[in-house]
Amino acid sequence: MGAARVLMIEDEPEIRRFVRLALESEGLEVFEAASLQRGLIDAATRRPELVVLDLGLPDGDGLDFIREFRGWSQAPVLVLSARDGEERKVQALDAGADDYLVKPFGVSELLARVRVQLRRRAGGADADPVLRFGPIAVDRTRRVVTRSTEQGSEELHLTPIEYRLLQELCNAPGRVLTHQHLLKAVWGPSHADDVHYVRVHMANLRKKIEADPNRPQWLVTEAGVGYRLKT
Amino acid sequence: MAVSDQRPDPDQLLAQLQREDAAARRGRLKIFFGSNAGVGKTFAMLVAAHAAREQGRAVRIGVVETHGRADTEKVAGGLERLPLRALSHRGQALSEFDLDAALAWGRDHPGGVLLLDELAHSNAPGSRHTKRWQDVHELLAGGVDVWSTLNVQHLESLNDIVGGITGIRVRETVPDKVFDEADEVVVVDLPPDELLQRLKEGKVYLPQQGDDRAERAARNFFRKGNLLALRELALRRTADRVDDQMQAYRRERVERGQGAVWRNRESLLACIGSTAAAEKVVRSAARLAGQLDVEWHAVHVETTGTLGDAARQQVQRTLELAQSLGARTAVLSAPEVAPALVGYARQYNLARLVVGRRERAWRWPGRRSLAEALSPLAEELDVLQVALPAPERQPLAADRPPLHAGLLTRRTLWGCLTALGSVLVTAVLCLPLVGRISNTNIAMLFQLSVVGVAWRFGRAPAALAAFFAVLAFDFVFVEPRWSFAVSDAQYLVTFAVMLIVGLVVGQLAAGLQAQARAAQERERRVRGLYAMSRDLGAALVPEQVAEIGARFLRAEFGVGAAVLAPALAAAPGREVLSVLPGAGTQPDLGVAQWAFDHGEPAGQGTNTLPASPCLMLPLTAPMRVRGVLAVQGMARRWSPEERELLDTCAALLAISLERIHYIEVAQQSTLQIESERLRNSLLAAVSHDLRTPLAALVGLSDALRLAPPALSVAQAEVVDAIRQSALRMSSLVANLLDMARLQSGAVQLRRQWLPLQEVVGSALACLEETLAGRELTVELPAELPLLSLDAVLIERVLVNLLENVAKYTPAGSPVRISARVSGRQAEIDVSDSGPGLPAGREDRLFDKFERGDREGATPGVGLGLAICKAIVEAHGGRISAHNAAAGGACVRIELPLGQPPQGQDREEA
Repeated sequence: MGAARVLMIEDEPEIRRFVRLALESEGLEVFEAASLQRGLIDAATRRPELVVLDLGLPDGDGLDFIREFRGWSQAPVLVLSARDGEERKVQALDAGADDYLVKPFGVSELLARVRVQLRRRAGGADADPVLRFGPIAVDRTRRVVTRSTEQGSEELHLTPIEYRLLQELCNAPGRVLTHQHLLKAVWGPSHADDVHYVRVHMANLRKKIEADPNRPQWLVTEAGVGYRLKT
Repeated sequence: MAVSDQRPDPDQLLAQLQREDAAARRGRLKIFFGSNAGVGKTFAMLVAAHAAREQGRAVRIGVVETHGRADTEKVAGGLERLPLRALSHRGQALSEFDLDAALAWGRDHPGGVLLLDELAHSNAPGSRHTKRWQDVHELLAGGVDVWSTLNVQHLESLNDIVGGITGIRVRETVPDKVFDEADEVVVVDLPPDELLQRLKEGKVYLPQQGDDRAERAARNFFRKGNLLALRELALRRTADRVDDQMQAYRRERVERGQGAVWRNRESLLACIGSTAAAEKVVRSAARLAGQLDVEWHAVHVETTGTLGDAARQQVQRTLELAQSLGARTAVLSAPEVAPALVGYARQYNLARLVVGRRERAWRWPGRRSLAEALSPLAEELDVLQVALPAPERQPLAADRPPLHAGLLTRRTLWGCLTALGSVLVTAVLCLPLVGRISNTNIAMLFQLSVVGVAWRFGRAPAALAAFFAVLAFDFVFVEPRWSFAVSDAQYLVTFAVMLIVGLVVGQLAAGLQAQARAAQERERRVRGLYAMSRDLGAALVPEQVAEIGARFLRAEFGVGAAVLAPALAAAPGREVLSVLPGAGTQPDLGVAQWAFDHGEPAGQGTNTLPASPCLMLPLTAPMRVRGVLAVQGMARRWSPEERELLDTCAALLAISLERIHYIEVAQQSTLQIESERLRNSLLAAVSHDLRTPLAALVGLSDALRLAPPALSVAQAEVVDAIRQSALRMSSLVANLLDMARLQSGAVQLRRQWLPLQEVVGSALACLEETLAGRELTVELPAELPLLSLDAVLIERVLVNLLENVAKYTPAGSPVRISARVSGRQAEIDVSDSGPGLPAGREDRLFDKFERGDREGATPGVGLGLAICKAIVEAHGGRISAHNAAAGGACVRIELPLGQPPQGQDREEA
């Protein structure tokens, strides 16, 4: 199996340059595209395993790229965005992007996100039915959540909604899930306006899972966007 | 008609909702109701007031008449009184109930009760309203609870019945609506024998009148028969009210249960003539409508436009009475009464017609009463006849334009001369024809001249011409000629026919002319209205509307008018009217303001402030009242047609003002949207252009360390320094842009209900490195409710505050975040244990470019706290800083709590 291919769509040559440097240092094969049109052509011909996409392109909206790309590929898309563009981030995630990075970002941040996405891609969805993070283990076949302590392990009692919420996050570890996504997945499409449900149940879930719910380690809030399960 | 029998009338549902809604805010009216004076209503009210006061309600006497009765005086003495208002009318000093003081008292004492004796009282001239019940109406609307007293004979619809029983008519009446809409009615009852006993003991107040006759009449009133009848009336009227309540309750139940049969409402139509007796028709119809619980209309049909002024005013008075009794009124113009009434009844689906019936000694053969004329036209309608009293005098004599007045007009005078002349000319012209044509044809020629006069000059000259024609024909042409004697008795028939034909033709011609004149008048007005609406359509500013309105009214009625409107920027509820330019009169602003605030007409000719020289009509547009039309008063009352025209004019003006208002609103918002779009795109462009190179700088300095060959230690330090500077620059740019956005108001809060814990958690996650090594305490009580916040912005606030802490306190010193609910606020404290704030500078800390330590070497322009302040204030909160007692600085954020959404979505397992 050769090096994974990464397509980078970004109009700023300086940013392209350092991202290429960083990714190549990781042993990845990098293709560059400076415009949306070029990016679509490359995405079709190069068949990348990961796309790094700047949302603000001179010849079009990055969201359009995501929608088009999702039509024929499931490869993860990592979005680069400005700091105050929460709405754009949510739109991109809802359109099918997998994660985002806020400019300015360092190389280590970039590489960490890229690794998560590529691992997810390689591992596939049907790997281990038991997902572990920290002391917590989620057994998705038995629907049991346990916390390992010094004395052994104790079972955590989650309500059905809390479990479904946790399960949804476990299905996409490391990935940001928007409030709307979680609402739709757990409560169904008729509750689109009740975002506070997600927040209230997430707070309860944290109380049971986190060591210090005021400073969550695993169930991380992305302000204005959604939640992420950090593994 | 395909009407399902379960049809809930939407208007009715709406009306009920509005009633319930209005009742929630309105004050409550309680009426102590009695059959006549002396039963102890006032006493009962005062006793109840004492009881209410003991239960802790504020009670104040507005007006109570004790009539010098000792026991009543004693009870009233224990209650506080509202001072009366001194008025002077024609040099006489009067004192009257002070409405404004009462409203002010009501505002200060919510739930308070105001006692106002004698609901039917007429206010002294110069008061705001002519009647006390109108004061009560305004008090109730102002949320003040009112208790009052009322005798049965003062009820409008029973007024004539009581008058018929007792022989005494009272002028002071209260519309039944007031009584029916009262929240509570307490009957104060006393058996007649006891009342007579009290009368004998002098405990009953009788009007102290100088002349014996009045006193005897009053004493006559207190006969046992009268008292029994009045008592029965009072009890029965109350029973009707209770019955209505019962029905309303059942209807409500049924409507809610949706299982009811909706009957078609058989409404009433009262047909009103031009005499005073028509008031009886109105009262009967009102009573009937009340018993049947249906709505009713009152209509007058004007046939030829030949009514005199007095009759017109009588019609208007009757219609006003009908309106005050709850009818919808209209004046129809038609050639015949009966078809017009039937048409109206069918149009509004009114099943019963109420008409007056007067017994006449004789009737023209073939002439039918109204009821007889109605029945063949509409077999499906019920016609109810009300017996009218015989006229006290010949009302028609007064109603007709006086004959001598008509004679004196120049036109009539000229007509009479022409009549004489034309008869003479005809006679002279016919002289040579004698013997050549028969006398019959000469008579025909005279007839022709009479018709000509009638056609040209109307009734009186035609009659004169007919009379002269007969004389001239007789004198000149009938044997024996040149004498008034008649040899052939057959000519008497000719004379009679000539006279009758002349008179009838004159009458007909006059009627036609009057109709033609009325039609012309109507057409002229319609044309005037049409021209005005066309002008209004082109008006672009309120001043133009005002000018067009004033011009129309001057042309139409010859009176000055002015339009008053509030300033455009004024907040609703606090609008002050000002006269728009182009006014033809200088109206009283106080009266206009009242009309505007209450949405009701005021001033001359109305019941509110009738002493004002102007009539004020509120300009009620579909959305709200847009202003007031002030019309200078005329010497006479406005006729119904004129009022209708005036109302139409007001409606047109109102709609135009509203249209202009919305044009302005639309323009303003377009402008706002444009400038906002410009600002946003500018900020976005600047932000992109500044940030991109910084992002490249950060990334490239990172990449430098990755790219082989590995850097020396010194080189690596330089690269690190570049990276740190770029990051700092980046956060500075971000702060500047944020500040620019917040200041320009371009930031839209994306508020959502969220637990504070979540924002604190994400802020702390951002600062993991910055706060490393510090002891961090977070105290968030579990009972803290959800807050409506923009998560991203509040996270910025916390991040900025914590960064400040990190900047200004020694590394490793503890930090504490705590929150609590305090009243309607959530308080969030971020406190440190550093050196604290410089004394006296706590407030200026949140100013732009202010730094805690001026001379210090700590980097960063002081924008962070200014941004915090802007964000917190955009949330409707407050931010402040103080030094904690235990040392260290504490920044406190106060945010309003609001109403978190309900339905916390219990687990549905």
